[in-house]
Amino acid sequence: MAVLELRNLVKEYPGHRAVDGVSLTVPQGAFFSLLGPSGCGKTTTLRMIAGFETPTSGEVLLQGQMVNHRKPYERNVSTVFQSYALFPHLTARENVEFGPRRQGMTGIEKRVKDALDLVGLTGKESRRPAQLSGGERQRVALARSLVLQPDVLLLDEPLAALDPKLRKQMRFELKALQQRAGITFLLVTHDQEESLSMSDQVAVMNGGRLEQVGSPEDVYLRPASAFVAGFLGAVNWIGGIGVRPEAVRIVRCGDARSGDGCRGVVTGSVFLGECIQVLVRLSSGEDAVARVERQAAGFQRGEEVYLSWSATDEMKFS
Amino acid sequence: MRLRSWFLAPARVWLWALFIAPLAIVLAYSFLTRGVYGGVELPWAGENYARLFDPLYGRIFLRSFVMALTATALCLLFAFPAALFITRAEKRKNLFLQLVILPFWTSFLVRTYAWLFLLRDTGLINSALQAAGVIREPLPLLYNNFAVLLGLVYGYLPFMVLPIYAALERLDPALTEAAADLGARPLATVFRVLVPLARPGIVAGSVLVFIPCLGAYLTPDLLGGGRTVLVGNLVQNQFTTARDWPFGSAVSVALMVLTGLLVWIFLRKESEQLG
Repeated sequence: MAVLELRNLVKEYPGHRAVDGVSLTVPQGAFFSLLGPSGCGKTTTLRMIAGFETPTSGEVLLQGQMVNHRKPYERNVSTVFQSYALFPHLTARENVEFGPRRQGMTGIEKRVKDALDLVGLTGKESRRPAQLSGGERQRVALARSLVLQPDVLLLDEPLAALDPKLRKQMRFELKALQQRAGITFLLVTHDQEESLSMSDQVAVMNGGRLEQVGSPEDVYLRPASAFVAGFLGAVNWIGGIGVRPEAVRIVRCGDARSGDGCRGVVTGSVFLGECIQVLVRLSSGEDAVARVERQAAGFQRGEEVYLSWSATDEMKFS
Repeated sequence: MRLRSWFLAPARVWLWALFIAPLAIVLAYSFLTRGVYGGVELPWAGENYARLFDPLYGRIFLRSFVMALTATALCLLFAFPAALFITRAEKRKNLFLQLVILPFWTSFLVRTYAWLFLLRDTGLINSALQAAGVIREPLPLLYNNFAVLLGLVYGYLPFMVLPIYAALERLDPALTEAAADLGARPLATVFRVLVPLARPGIVAGSVLVFIPCLGAYLTPDLLGGGRTVLVGNLVQNQFTTARDWPFGSAVSVALMVLTGLLVWIFLRKESEQLG
């Protein structure tokens, strides 16, 4: 059953349409992400779901009920803010207690303890936000929202404030946390790797509209538009057809398997650690990139090569 | 080092010549004897301070304290919502801030006189109410505690609004959203989140309002009509009508010490709270 549904949602500001007719359905228990470049309307969409913005037209439905005009404190959704927005005058525990107290819940002590355990903050309950690390602050923000058992947990670029190493680690933790808690997560991000690695479903947004909704494999391997193809990863555009660099096979002229594909000349290579990117100028004049394994013999500038790929890896857009 | 002391020289000269020195003179006068035709004479004496313990003066100090405290509380009550409103005003924020400091464009004396014209028996408010048939006899709006309190709150309100505004303005707007998101209704957000976080502004504003109110003399003089004698009026009286400079000085010194002590206790309690 759909826990959250958007129907033709529109948000207009003077002289500018931030969200332009977004419709989507988020199933119960899913890890759903809204992916897109900055200014694509993804955060505005999130804020309309949370109740911080009122839609110009269209509908937001939670558990099948229209909630357009309900205040944030009248909706059973909760937001993890990009800045976390922890209350600096309260301890970690008091921050987590804030919601249950305002909503007059029963058994607050146990709920708060469970939430703090769930995010792994036991032992640091009495610290103020200023005395916690970035990762710990994020855990407080998660616990503060999860303790309310929201229908949907909204996460606005939750990893953006963390350093790169911690960010990658938190992806797995966030995904594991979502599965443990059994709560629907709606993540807003501009980082396609983040979105692909955590989500069950990805909705790609651009210019206020949805470009494609699908599984991570769908949007990466079978993008619905050139924009989606380009936003989710590098694409070689060869004769109007898109091919991802890792799908490109590269062989030297004169090798046994050569003879088919596009002919070109190596113009350079970039060492990326786990792999090597070879830059090729095709005889058609187009530039292409092939990703090869580090063990592969180094391609030298000026070498003549053939590029080829499977038909199944071709991406065509009308 | 030498350059730094040169830069500090103007402020240093100013403070010594126009603040420390006069203060020392007042302190010295407070221990001298009243001259026959005003002024001060030797010998040194402590009786000026002994006179302060007369219940008559105790009542004046207490009245001033209660008046200053009430004015501070009322300023806080009016200033907090106003400051919060201004932080939310977006484009018109600067306009509202200008309006808050607009009264400073005119002299305090003129503005206090303006209240006289509004509040007196034949003033604007009473005339209008009488013309509208709401009242027959003019309301006693002037020359009482109400008028003095009104004048003080009016005069010092900006000193409360501005520090609270500064404190609220600094806060992440997401904090208010987070509170609402977690189920707090607007009033709960104000009292559970905004008031505690604006505390440094509230403390600063309270000190800025309380101190001048405790020593106020112009407002009680004009709007209280001499019926509401506060410490400030007592000091003025001793230097002018009563020609008792030593006692006037002693009252001044006592007021300063009392103010300093109260503010020190208040701030110490506050820093314990924050710690």
